[in-house]
Amino acid sequence: MDILNALVLLFNYIIVPSVAYGSQLALGALGVTLVYGTLRFANFAHGELMAFGAMITILCTWWLQSLGVSIAPLPTALLALGPAIAVTVAIVLITDRTIYRFYREKRSAPAIYIIASIGVMFVMNGLIRFIIGPSDRAFGDGQRYIIKAQDFRDMTGLSEGLGIKTSQGITVLVTLFLVAALFWFLQKTRTGKSMRAYADNRDLALLSGINPERVVMYSWIITAALATIAGALYGLDKSFKPFTYFQLLLPLFAAAIVGGIGKPVGAIVGGFVIAFSEVTITYPYKKFLTYLMPEGMQPSGLLQLLSTDYKFAVSFIILVIVLMVTPTGIMKGKTV
Amino acid sequence: MISVDNIALHFGGIRAVDGVSLEIGKGAITGLIGPNGAGKTTLFNIIAGVYEPNFGRILLDGEDITDLKPYQRFGKGLLRTFQIAHEFSSMTVLENLMMVPGTQSGERIFNAWFRRNAIRAEEHSNRRKADEVIEFLHLNRVAHDQAGNLSGGQKKLLELGRTMMVEAKVVLLDEVGAGVNRTLLQYIGDAIVRLNQERGYTFCMIEHDMDLISKLCDPVIVMADGKLLTEGSAEEVKSNPDVIEAYLGTGMKSKTGAA
Repeated sequence: MDILNALVLLFNYIIVPSVAYGSQLALGALGVTLVYGTLRFANFAHGELMAFGAMITILCTWWLQSLGVSIAPLPTALLALGPAIAVTVAIVLITDRTIYRFYREKRSAPAIYIIASIGVMFVMNGLIRFIIGPSDRAFGDGQRYIIKAQDFRDMTGLSEGLGIKTSQGITVLVTLFLVAALFWFLQKTRTGKSMRAYADNRDLALLSGINPERVVMYSWIITAALATIAGALYGLDKSFKPFTYFQLLLPLFAAAIVGGIGKPVGAIVGGFVIAFSEVTITYPYKKFLTYLMPEGMQPSGLLQLLSTDYKFAVSFIILVIVLMVTPTGIMKGKTV
Repeated sequence: MISVDNIALHFGGIRAVDGVSLEIGKGAITGLIGPNGAGKTTLFNIIAGVYEPNFGRILLDGEDITDLKPYQRFGKGLLRTFQIAHEFSSMTVLENLMMVPGTQSGERIFNAWFRRNAIRAEEHSNRRKADEVIEFLHLNRVAHDQAGNLSGGQKKLLELGRTMMVEAKVVLLDEVGAGVNRTLLQYIGDAIVRLNQERGYTFCMIEHDMDLISKLCDPVIVMADGKLLTEGSAEEVKSNPDVIEAYLGTGMKSKTGAA
C-alpha cells in the first residue's frame, strides 16, 4: 500500500506536471529550432511571441465568452486558437517583412539578427503590456479536472490522490497531434522537404530552384502557430502573466540547444529533458521517502535538492552537462 | 546561349570582375581558365544570380536575366555546381536527386492535401528519373546512403547528377575535377561529353586540369585580374605568351624569351 501511495505521489507531483510542461516547452522549442534552422539565428523574441499568441487567444476567449459561446467541458480557449493563430501569423509576417528581410537581403551576420530580434522582443513586450496589462489573467473555463485528487482517493482507497487537470490532458493530446503533423509535413510534403533542404545547405538550395522567401515564410507561419498554441496551453495550465513568458525564454533555448539546435526531434527531446530535470530536482522528496522507509527512519528534512526559486538554473546546469558530453546536443544539431 | 555583357563587380576596393563580356555558345563545352583570383568563380556566381553585379547585363537566349533571383534562373534551365561539392548532407543520395525538380505541385501545401494522386504520380516519375541518373553515374551502391558520407568524388558525381534531374539548358561546372582521382576524373569527363552530345547540354566549366580542358573544351576563355585575357582553342591558348605570363608572373616572358 505504501509503495502504491509513493508511486501515486510521484505521478501526481512529478510525472503529470513534467509531461505537461515538457510538451509546452517542446512546442516552443520547435519554433526556436525551426527559425534557427531556416533563418540561422536565435530568436530572442520567441518568448514574447508565445505571450502575444496567448494574449490574442485570451482576448478571443473573452469575446466568445461574452457571446455565450461554450464548448464545455472543454475550455473555450480552444475555439479561440484559430483566430489567435491567424493574428499571430500576420504579426510575424509583418515583422519579417519590415525587419528581418532587410537584414536577409544584406546577408547580415547572425549576431545582427539576434540583436534585431532582441529589439523585436522589447517592442512586443511593450505592446503586450499596453494591450492586456502586466497582471495575471485567468481565461480557463469548462471542466477543470479530468480526475480530481479527492475522487481518485475515494475510488482507490489510497491516502494519496492523483489529480489530472483538463489543461494537462489537452496539452499532451494537442502536442502529440501537432508533432505528428509537423513531421508528416517535413518528411512528406514538397514544402517540408524544401525547408529541410534549405536548413541543410542554403547555397545549394538557392541554386536548386528553391525559393528562399517561400521557405522563410512557411517557417514563420509554422513557428507562429506553434508559439500561439504553446503559449495558450501554458497559460491555461498555469496562468497568463506576461513576465513568466519572458522567463520561459531560458528553458526554451536550453531545450532547443540540449536537443541539438536545428533538429525538430531534438527540440522535443530537449523539452522533456529540461521539464523533467526542473521538476525532479526542485521536488521535496520527504513525503515520498516517508512512505518507503521503515518506521523510525523517516527523513526529517525536506529532501529538496534545489529550491523552486532556482528552477531556471537547472536548465543551465543540464545544458552545460549535455554540451560537455555532446557539444552539438543530443540529436547532433548544427554549430554556428 | 549566355551573353555576359560588360559585367563588373567590386568588393570594396577590389575589382573582382572588371568589365567582362563573353559568349557561351549553344551546344559547346566552353572552358574558363585563369590563375587563382582571376574572378572566374565570381563570374559564375554573377551568372547564376548569387551576386548582383555593379554593372552590366546577363542574357540567356537573348532574354535579360540580370534581375532574376537564383531560383528563377534555375527555372529557366541555368544550373551550376560548386567548386567544393555541396549536398544536402542529412538526406540520402536518392532524396538529394529528388529534391531538384523545382516546380512540383506538392510545393503548394494545399495540393499536398487535396491532389494527392497527382502528386504521387509526379513523385513516381521523379523517382524513375532519379533511378536513371543513379544508374547513369554508377551510384547504385550508395543510393540510400546519407549524402554527407559520400567520398569527394562521389559528391562531384552527385553534383552532376543533380543537373540531370531537370531539363537543363546551360550547366556551369565549377572545378568539377578538383580533388578527384584520375579514374573518376576520366569518368566525369566522359559523362560530361555524353550529356553534351546525347542531351544537348551546354557546358561552361572552370577547370585547372589542362588535360581535361584540352580534351573537352572548345573554345577556352582565359581570365586574369578580373578581365578577359583571350579566347581560342586549347592549343592556341596554351601557347599564348600573355596566358603564360598571367599564370607564371611577369618576368617569366622575358626569361623564356631569352632562353
